[in-house]
Amino acid sequence: MAAVEYQEPGFRISQIWSDKRSRGVVIQIIALAALFGFLAFIVNNTINNLDQLGVETGYGFLWEPANYDINQRLIEYDSRSPHIRATVVGILNTVLVAFSGIVMATILGFIAGVLRLSHNFLINRIVYCYVEITRNVPLLLQILLWYGIIVHTLPVPKKALEPMSGVFVSNRGFAIPRPEFEPAFWAVFIAFVVAVVGAIVFKSWAKKNQEATGKIYPVFTINTAAIIGLPVIVFFLAGMPATLDFPALKGFNFKGGVTVRPEFMALWFALSVYTASFIAEIVRAGIQSVSHGQTEASYALGIKANWTMRLVILPQALRVIIPPLISQYLNLTKNSSLAIAVGYMDIVATIGGISLNQTGRALECMSIVLSLYLAFSLFISLIMNWYNKRVALVER
Amino acid sequence: MTDEAQKTTYAPGTHPDLPPPLASTGAIRWVRENLFSSPTNIVLTVLSLYLLYVIIPPLLNWAVFDAVVDATSRNECWEKGSGACWAVVVIRFDQFMYGFYPVDLRWRVDLAFVLLIFALVPVLFDNVPYRKIGLMYSLIYPVIAYFLLWGGLGLEHVESAKFGGFMLTVTIGVAGIVLSLPLGILLALGRRSDLMVLRVICVCFIEFIRGVPLITLLFVASTLLNYFLPPGTYFDLLLRVMIMVVLFSAAYIAEVVRGGLAAIPKGQFEAAQALGLSYWKMMGLIVLPQALKISIPGIVNSFIGLYKDTTLVVIIGLLDPIGLSQAVLADSKWQGLSTEIYVFIAVFFFISCFAMSRYSIYLEKKLHTGHKR
Repeated sequence: MAAVEYQEPGFRISQIWSDKRSRGVVIQIIALAALFGFLAFIVNNTINNLDQLGVETGYGFLWEPANYDINQRLIEYDSRSPHIRATVVGILNTVLVAFSGIVMATILGFIAGVLRLSHNFLINRIVYCYVEITRNVPLLLQILLWYGIIVHTLPVPKKALEPMSGVFVSNRGFAIPRPEFEPAFWAVFIAFVVAVVGAIVFKSWAKKNQEATGKIYPVFTINTAAIIGLPVIVFFLAGMPATLDFPALKGFNFKGGVTVRPEFMALWFALSVYTASFIAEIVRAGIQSVSHGQTEASYALGIKANWTMRLVILPQALRVIIPPLISQYLNLTKNSSLAIAVGYMDIVATIGGISLNQTGRALECMSIVLSLYLAFSLFISLIMNWYNKRVALVER
Repeated sequence: MTDEAQKTTYAPGTHPDLPPPLASTGAIRWVRENLFSSPTNIVLTVLSLYLLYVIIPPLLNWAVFDAVVDATSRNECWEKGSGACWAVVVIRFDQFMYGFYPVDLRWRVDLAFVLLIFALVPVLFDNVPYRKIGLMYSLIYPVIAYFLLWGGLGLEHVESAKFGGFMLTVTIGVAGIVLSLPLGILLALGRRSDLMVLRVICVCFIEFIRGVPLITLLFVASTLLNYFLPPGTYFDLLLRVMIMVVLFSAAYIAEVVRGGLAAIPKGQFEAAQALGLSYWKMMGLIVLPQALKISIPGIVNSFIGLYKDTTLVVIIGLLDPIGLSQAVLADSKWQGLSTEIYVFIAVFFFISCFAMSRYSIYLEKKLHTGHKR
């Protein structure tokens, strides 16, 4: 019997597909080709379309006058200002509503989350209803509902409610006194900075001392007293260098003071109430994720209940709470783009809305809006990744 | 008799158990433990009772006792009662349901909805009879629904511009949910793939979509898409919106599924490979069933988010319930009744979203095969 000689098989085309590594290369080449083909298709079409329509392109229009007014603004702006300034006004408005929303949502959310864990049946159920109702109703609807309530049920400025002297609530918004600072006010500001620096120094000193001797200082109480107390004392010593500019009814609207417009109020309430219900669930899950054994062990060591919370439970719960919390902040910021529904002038409403409609530069305007949001999101995720690395459990 | 009973003596240790003190059983115990166990608790109870007192009676008065159901205009409503004017909802009910869908063809929408329920049952519950046939029916349901809603096959054609109201919400929502899950899973697999190019493409896509608000994407769909397509291509606005909603939701689902995939121990992958399973068999039979089980709450949350986000289509001019309400409110007969209309829409969304979240809890419990203390 003749031995069948082993023949080195020649190269076959099917080998490319049956070998795992070469198959990977082939798939990647195909994917890349498809992607570039797709991009080329889109770019080509865009160029053709723009040619056909005879539309000018480029970002030069940003320096032309915008010709529209913005009623809620943080910096000087009038209708002759360029589009770029309108964009900045929009960015600042987005930042304003996002920041105030985040502050309010955090406070509300933490309170609701802790109350949700309460053994009190009534409060537990009330918070549960609040969380479920706000979570399951679209945010846009909530914004419109708040807006409708403010505009339709609050009285006209002539009959404005005055819950505190100097504060007027009407369907044109909330008029509150504006502090006006005299030059001597810098002393108060310096006092505040000194107090904060002192608080930080005292805290690190107290910590070092505690590690060395075991003596515990009431750091929180002393620091809070210093940070609030010192500026107040200096304020009175300097002869109260600030006055309040009270709003007053003139004609059909309020003059003086600061008027917080109903669009802002509606957006701010809705965003914070909506996000707070998500934060409440995050806080609850975070606290529940710390095993009960930790509390028991802490009690067994003789640690007081509020110290157990502060030193044992919270540091562990925060590790679970912070990442989803930050992504809720991000969501809130992105959701603030719904401002356009009530006419609050944020990024989307200024550059992506009126500027776009006036100039017809859809491509340029949308690219600005998209890249602004994208930059912000990527910045936040960088911070989050850094934080996650820092607090990650180090195992083995 | 009672004297007799009291005189009875018992040997030590044989006395029958006395009933527990009145305060430690039944309703009294429950109230003491749950409402008045400590000073803080008492304060909370009093506060919440006050809160309920402030909120509930006025709300009930407004929504039920003083409400007007039949009237022909706002002024008639306000003459009849001081509460909510539900008449606007009653009179415009059909419009809120179907938008401007032709009246004589609305039976098709109803039929599609009824068929949808039959298509959902075998998918949602696994102990229904004839589940296999049911699932096959669920698979072909999208085709049936397409022809019922848009027409074709002998049925009269209806433009999607006529779609509106809750019917539009449900159409976008269901289509989005059905299409975004498979796409999201593929994106998640791509993001964890060994192939560098695929991974980079998926990461860029997911991060881009997650980084911008849905509203801007919808704007892109309504303003920019015409630039991106060959000149003269007509693309239905509803279809564009659906594509954007699907892409948006798929990116979020991809992140949820990625979390689930990351939680699967490496040993599972290695064992599957050791058995000689191909990539798709390994994923389909071993990894994904476990990963999806972990990600159910997140996936359902994304679905709820998608469903709620369908309301944003109003901003680019589609007539979902909110868009219709703007039209109704512009009618001088019903001006100023925004609260009633919005509450009505909110109730609809609450019911559907709450049902979804309850179902996810049910599913989690059912699939929980591990040991839970």
